[in-house]
Amino acid sequence: MKNFFKIFSFIILFSVLSLSTQAAEKVEYLKTDWSFKGLFGKFDRAALQRGYQVYTEVCSSCHSMKYLSYRNLAEKGGPEFSIEQAKAIAASFEVKDGPNSDGDMFTRPGRLSDKFVMPYDNVQAAQAANGGAYPPDMSVLVKARGGGVDYIYSLLQGYEDPPAGVTLDDGVYYNKYMYGNKIKMANQLSDGLVEYSDGTTASVEQMSKDVTTFLMWSAEPHLESRHQMGFKAIVYLIILTILVYFSMKRIWSRIETEV
Amino acid sequence: MSDHEYTPKSKFGKWFNDRLPLLTLANHLTDYPTPKNLNYWWTFGGILTFCLITQIVTGLVLAMHYIAHADMAFDSVEHIMRDVNYGWLIRYIHANGASMFFLAVYIHIFRSLFYGSYKAPREIIWIIGIIIYLLMMAAAFLGYVLPWGQMSFWGATVITNLFSAIPLVGEGIVTWLWGGYSVDNPTLTRFFTLHYLIPFLILGLVVLHIWALHVPGNNNPVGIDIKKPSKDTVPFHPYIVIKDGFALLMFMIVFAFFVFYTPNILGHADNYIEANPLVTPAHIVPEWYLLPFYAILRSVPDKLLGVVAMLSAILILAALPWLDTSKIRSAVFRPLYRQFYWILVADVLILGYVGAMPAEGLYLLVARVATAYYFLHFLVILPVLGWKEKTLPIPLSITEPILGGSPNLATAKNKESLNK
Repeated sequence: MKNFFKIFSFIILFSVLSLSTQAAEKVEYLKTDWSFKGLFGKFDRAALQRGYQVYTEVCSSCHSMKYLSYRNLAEKGGPEFSIEQAKAIAASFEVKDGPNSDGDMFTRPGRLSDKFVMPYDNVQAAQAANGGAYPPDMSVLVKARGGGVDYIYSLLQGYEDPPAGVTLDDGVYYNKYMYGNKIKMANQLSDGLVEYSDGTTASVEQMSKDVTTFLMWSAEPHLESRHQMGFKAIVYLIILTILVYFSMKRIWSRIETEV
Repeated sequence: MSDHEYTPKSKFGKWFNDRLPLLTLANHLTDYPTPKNLNYWWTFGGILTFCLITQIVTGLVLAMHYIAHADMAFDSVEHIMRDVNYGWLIRYIHANGASMFFLAVYIHIFRSLFYGSYKAPREIIWIIGIIIYLLMMAAAFLGYVLPWGQMSFWGATVITNLFSAIPLVGEGIVTWLWGGYSVDNPTLTRFFTLHYLIPFLILGLVVLHIWALHVPGNNNPVGIDIKKPSKDTVPFHPYIVIKDGFALLMFMIVFAFFVFYTPNILGHADNYIEANPLVTPAHIVPEWYLLPFYAILRSVPDKLLGVVAMLSAILILAALPWLDTSKIRSAVFRPLYRQFYWILVADVLILGYVGAMPAEGLYLLVARVATAYYFLHFLVILPVLGWKEKTLPIPLSITEPILGGSPNLATAKNKESLNK
């Protein structure tokens, strides 16, 4: 058994090291309590719905979310809008479809099965409209940035006047959390920018938190079932391990006491 | 190998076994006499078999949904993550499974190094193992390219470009590997094909690895030859099966923790950005398990020599049975080797750390010193140690730790008896 703990602690040490080397390069990000962290982490349903509102009213004019469909908004583990609400949301968008039997493209109201409508037809159009910078697709954005949710949350609140000596070109802004501090997205959030239907005060901090929660869900739509299944799987494995341990003791006791 | 003849009890069994001796094989595997003193470091062979099978099974399912096309690969991975039933689970097991596989193989290799398992008569087992390890690295690298993220694309570019260091034909070889003039769709499709092929080559080699193992039988922590079967051995089933099973379950708990709670921690964030040939990531780093070799590659200023150094670092292991001149297998009885062993472990960990850091300043200096030490260990320290080292007295058998307190010098001096 002694040896066994050596191995186990070695594995733990390896895990801790790999986690800490990842953490080593980061700047200090703003911290907040994320409801989806931890063994039983779940999304805050209301925050997801508010976050969706911020996305549609603010972000979606430039950022696409090409991997999401309107049906996802009503699925379990997400914002959980009712089917009717999700249908209404989808119908509020004009979707390009076709060609029809005459060979023409046409537009129609969106359906649940449609992907989120993109703000630009292609990357070039997006770049042309944004001073050459492509507003990244936000579907998996939190997983595509080293700091994850903390980074996005901080970035949204990280706009400041540039320190003395830093000159910025036209259309470039200073953000203390951005890699290299220069960002082509202007500060988008200001207090009271959106009006939350649930009466929550739309402070910059609140909106940043809500929209980041929404982005976490969009990047990991199965996070809740992953956490639930993970807990069950690990409890199952631990119980089985204990049973197998005692079986092993029993079997080995035929020849010697110490395994 | 158990020498007694096995005869199936049933008539049909006998009829079948005379034509295809599968039952004899099954009997050999269950009765296989195993040293009773094997510790938990010996359970990683079974764990590795589990890892290989897990990778093959999850890989098969992923291949049913994945599309090997430069325009669709990234999308198809997101499709697996979102719309395929439990696709996220399959993919996270496969992605983290690669890391778990390497974690286990490194423990397995360093166990061999500590207990001298590569020494006569087990050289062939060891060399097959090194080939498996090389193929694992190839499979891991090819697999990392398939999601077609930024790190996939640029990792593929960096690694394939290493071949351009070969004089005269280098550039031609790179074009041939790419199937074009840059990493593009033809590269992706051939990488997918090879990624699918290699695990089955590994599987075949694993069979040979185990076959070769079953000829001399397992080494053991004491490192002495034992009579088989004898009171020093236990039948593989149930004793080793249950012990391997227990260790495997513990391993699976760690594995499950990564899969369910930090599935992306071992990957690089940039790989969630779709491949873009026009934008180079700030730092191109391989997966953690290749970092020590990456550090060796970068610590040599010349490209060709860097590639040679990196390859030599792996291939030198194949010569280990002849570089280590000591007749004593287990480090337990080699006080000096034991210290150098741990220095080597630290050296490899340091190489891994600097491999993840930018190749400049202090990091580069440390990488160079650690690289030099790595080769020094195998080429100078090990051969010399075998001649100079005063080893401790060795017991005659596992069950008779005859040395209990009073060293038996007669036995210790008689090193030749170990080679019988």
